Amino acid sequence: MGAEQKFLVCWCACVCVCAQKRLWEGTEVGTNLADGASDNKVDHVHDTMQATDAPPSPPAKDQTQRFAFDERIWEATNVEINLVEDAPPIRDKEADEADHVLDTMQTQDFPPPSTAKDQFQEELVIKPLHSGDIYASFQFRTQWDTDFLEKHKFSHYRLFPKSLGQVISKFSVRELHISFTQGYWRTMQWGQPFLPSPPGAELWVWFQDTVTDVDLAWKELTNVLSGIFCASLNFIDSTNTVQPSASFKPLGVGNVTDQRFLRYAVLPREIVCTENLTPWKKLLPCGSKAGLAVLMKSEKLFHSSFHSQALHIRPVCKDWQCKSTSWELRQTLNVVFDLHTSGQGKREWSLFKMFSRTLTEACPLASSSKVYVDITDNPQGELFELSPATPLVSQAVVLGDGRTYSVYDLTDHATFGQTHSLNVLLRWRAAESGEMLRPLLHGERYVAGYGLQTGEIHTLVYNNHPYRAFPVLLLDTVPWYLRLYIHTLTVTSKGRDNKPSYIHYQPSKDRLQPHLLEMLIQLPPNSVTEVTVQFERALLKWTEYTPDPNHGFYVGSSVISALVPSVVAMDTNNTQERPLFSSFFPCKEESTYFMRIYTEPLLVNLPTPDFSMPYNVICLTCTVVAVGYGSLYNLLTRTFQVEEPSQGLAKRLANIIRRLRGVPLLT
Amino acid sequence: MGLLSDPNRRRALTNLLTRLNAPICVVCYLAGVMWFMGLAFEPFTLRTYMSENAMGSTMVEEHFPAGERALATGREFAAHKKKVGGMPVNWLVKTMESRGLEVFTQSFTRKLPFPDENKERYLVRGTNVYGILRAPRASRTEALVLTAPCSQGNANNQAVGLLLGLAQYFRSQVYWAKDIIFLVNEHDLIGMQAWLEGYHHTNTTGGDWSPLHGRGGSIQASLSLELSSDVITSLDLVLEGLNGQLPNLDLANLFHAFCQKIGVLCTIQGKLQRNDWESTSGYSHSAQTMMLMVLKQASGRPWGDHGLFLRYHIEAATIRGINSFRQYKTDTTTIGRLLEGMYRKLNNLLERLHQSYFFYLMPSLTRFVSIGYYMPAFGLLAVILLLRVSFHLSDRRGLGVGLTRYPGVLSILTPVVISHMTGVALYCLPVMSQEMAVQHFPVSETEAVVLTAIAIYTAGLALPHNTHRYTLPLVLKLVALLYLAVLLGCTALINFSLGFILALSLVPIAAFITPHTHKPLSAAIMVLLSPGCTLLYCVLIFQELQETPVSLQDGWMLFLSVISQGILDHSLYGSLVYPLLALLIYPCWLLLWNILFWK
Repeated sequence: MGAEQKFLVCWCACVCVCAQKRLWEGTEVGTNLADGASDNKVDHVHDTMQATDAPPSPPAKDQTQRFAFDERIWEATNVEINLVEDAPPIRDKEADEADHVLDTMQTQDFPPPSTAKDQFQEELVIKPLHSGDIYASFQFRTQWDTDFLEKHKFSHYRLFPKSLGQVISKFSVRELHISFTQGYWRTMQWGQPFLPSPPGAELWVWFQDTVTDVDLAWKELTNVLSGIFCASLNFIDSTNTVQPSASFKPLGVGNVTDQRFLRYAVLPREIVCTENLTPWKKLLPCGSKAGLAVLMKSEKLFHSSFHSQALHIRPVCKDWQCKSTSWELRQTLNVVFDLHTSGQGKREWSLFKMFSRTLTEACPLASSSKVYVDITDNPQGELFELSPATPLVSQAVVLGDGRTYSVYDLTDHATFGQTHSLNVLLRWRAAESGEMLRPLLHGERYVAGYGLQTGEIHTLVYNNHPYRAFPVLLLDTVPWYLRLYIHTLTVTSKGRDNKPSYIHYQPSKDRLQPHLLEMLIQLPPNSVTEVTVQFERALLKWTEYTPDPNHGFYVGSSVISALVPSVVAMDTNNTQERPLFSSFFPCKEESTYFMRIYTEPLLVNLPTPDFSMPYNVICLTCTVVAVGYGSLYNLLTRTFQVEEPSQGLAKRLANIIRRLRGVPLLT
Repeated sequence: MGLLSDPNRRRALTNLLTRLNAPICVVCYLAGVMWFMGLAFEPFTLRTYMSENAMGSTMVEEHFPAGERALATGREFAAHKKKVGGMPVNWLVKTMESRGLEVFTQSFTRKLPFPDENKERYLVRGTNVYGILRAPRASRTEALVLTAPCSQGNANNQAVGLLLGLAQYFRSQVYWAKDIIFLVNEHDLIGMQAWLEGYHHTNTTGGDWSPLHGRGGSIQASLSLELSSDVITSLDLVLEGLNGQLPNLDLANLFHAFCQKIGVLCTIQGKLQRNDWESTSGYSHSAQTMMLMVLKQASGRPWGDHGLFLRYHIEAATIRGINSFRQYKTDTTTIGRLLEGMYRKLNNLLERLHQSYFFYLMPSLTRFVSIGYYMPAFGLLAVILLLRVSFHLSDRRGLGVGLTRYPGVLSILTPVVISHMTGVALYCLPVMSQEMAVQHFPVSETEAVVLTAIAIYTAGLALPHNTHRYTLPLVLKLVALLYLAVLLGCTALINFSLGFILALSLVPIAAFITPHTHKPLSAAIMVLLSPGCTLLYCVLIFQELQETPVSLQDGWMLFLSVISQGILDHSLYGSLVYPLLALLIYPCWLLLWNILFWK
């Protein structure tokens, strides 16, 4: 038990470090977010630059963006109440409403608004992939220093979406992660994604430890989210919900790691389409009307190889001292465009070609709005040409690999140039883009065997690191109708038995709960580890089949979580750019990084009755019973004897008399 | 239901069955044969129709333009194949990668139990190359397969060319919902077996293959393409797979529908559709087509590369291009469009093909006989066995000795065990003793195996005459009859054609063999109707139906090669016909042979 505990502790620490690191990165990237005063100044300056002649209006409602749009005036960050009161008189009805809100706020004696601060950042990362495809990743981050759990404290929303805020406070949610994905991330072709997600819908929630009935809260929460996102999340019930013991630790601050407050569910069959995208876009402060979100035209986003949209809510540190927390909402959208179907084979990408839109402005509510283009493989521009050129370059360690990015700052007017629009264009010079480094961690899964009685699930986990072994946590959720034979579980790497140091197995209950299997496995360097387990296919009740039973039944992706040794640390000879004294020991922060990958979901056929059969069977059975069984039963149970002809009346009378006399009867 | 409970009527019925037993049996036999022959008569059969909604009403358009380019690719492939002297693995990998597929290879080694003289191979090494077209926004749960064999010589180069052309064209389309796997397999069925076992991680026949690294989830349907000329006159559809399994009838319907739409001549069993069912020649045409299907199905061997898919419940068929002397030719672009249309419709499938029939016979491509129509033909033959059993039970004088002395069941154990031991010898010895045979006789390994098999088969006839001194022929006959009935019944459920052919030859001798008949004549009839001779007749009839009649000499050579193929099919792909014949049918026939020679 020692090893895995150490791993878990280590990992939790790492997750915290990651979270904090992200925060730090954020502060570095966004222009001094932590410092409110200077921030305001900057933004005011910016506003005066942008706003032309319209009078500023008070964005003091949760639908700020709506009427803010009407008036074409923005205030990027926190607006103080007195500042609002100084604003010119408001003319229309909406403003009246706003006024009313202000009044109520004042009557409730709100705390000074400097504490109720919120801010919004947006960014887009474009990464040319080695396969020739292109990866675009949007991230929108709203941070709000508030406490949802004190219910009387807030009824006023500005940037943070009210629908989600209410959900958080009503169900006492501590952390919420939801993703909708259409397609499977091809790790071997595309490398690692910034935010992994399994095909279909995934939802995992940490509740506050004050929640008494977690199951009830979970059920209600899924139904509410189902409504918010127009998705079939209401199909999440106890048969596909699990409580992983180690794989899903909280990503925000906090120290409750009791799995009783965690719920995890995947719907692998969920189809993601426009109706899920629209409510997701509506949660953004600028909607899809300004800023990076204008690029999100659904007809283009769904004309791609991979589409994933996600939403993460978690508490984060408010400042570097981390004395109090604020809430962070991250909305991410990842999409991969296909070279062959949309590029017509020509390797040339532009924002317009990808999204059929160009950028014309930042979201005016955003404190930072940037477009990053990954130019790591292209330091001198020999591989592709990037236009317009930008002087800004940023470096970051992403997934254990040092990357270089060209940055376009949309809050800067100069970015848009003469045409008042930004259309980033990548034009390849070389036909091939070199060999991709094999991803260090990679997973595969399939069903082996044939026939409809039994089968075997094979999960392959590849460690492509040349000399480092590292442990991974494997989480498998299998529906109850595949009855796992857990005694057949084998883990082998390099032809030898590899004993997991930690196994958490929760058997299924028919129609109630799925199998949950969590294992901590040490992956030897440069190896393939194969996990196999046999199963039997259950025969369902005939009402339990889906309307399309011959399509098969889905088994959600396995989740592989790992602390992966970094590529940066792998290269011990990299001393050209760094001073010698800095490069002997691998830097702690970069030496490992947390990674989660998902395998493909499985489609398993169960024995399916012919559903027109019951009618035939009923007819046939009735006939057989009536005709065959009846006569056979007669033959078996009756005794047959020849009937005596009945005696005459006289003889019977004579016999009665003879019986009375005691003489032998006549026959 | 007074019929059975009324003793008088029961007695009458028993009397009727006893007295008229032989005529009733003859009538049943003739009725069975007549029924079977009637199946090919068009008014008695059903017209095929598309059952699957997802493939029926949805319209697809075919735009595949690049037939000429595909042929050029095929020629390039041929050149590389000649240069390498086998599968041009590197060239294929590079070509597939340049078309935007994820490419993987699989190598396999297979040592045959004895050399295959038809295909001239013994130790087989090869490589399969396959590329996966990943459907956009699909999660690798479903896949379709298109295969083309890399054959020896100049065959099937056009098929590989067209496969690569289609891959390129399909890659640029956006409508795919299932991954499409393009597979070029070496050494035809051996490569296919290796690939399928690798894909499903099974090993049923002890082959040696490297594991696969790329998969596309559960395979829904598969087509194999065989094309050896630039233009063709017609396309032939091959359905019969391993152990007589057939794909869902909707796959045949789909092929027919697209041939109609695009205007390609299509055949089944190499026979065109005819419209003159009223005429004798029209009837005999469809009867021949159906008979061919029955013979092919009964053989239990895969008649194309698709045949092995069926074990994994993957609907599969082979499409074979035929170039004959007809005027009207079809070019590769048209075949490409046909395949494109078929794949688009298969791509639209929401469920596996399951709506239509899995058990059917086809007298022509537009007509089919479902299981409900052909089973009575077999039933009429099988009922003879039951009639004979009831006859012997009711008429105890039938075999001369009454059942006054009930012999123990053990007393018939000796002939039963000896017969089955002979069967086991027939099953094991030919392959095991080939080395010894080669050392002592001037024959090749293959000949050794086949001749050993025939020798054991013949030796079995002489074996057991005086082993059953204490056995009553009646008990033995009852056991043999019931055994045969169960065997044939089970066989017919799995493979109707095989069951029916065996019933045709075995039921008459089983019904009428007694120790009292004229021995030499009966023995001659029995030998003529034994399973081995039935196989010989089947080979001759098959050649006749295929319009390539052979002389008796060539027929005999063909018969020998069929035996070796049967043994090979069993050890390579797991075909069950050879073990069924050797381990069950032949011993059963030996039991009947024993009865004849009861003293």
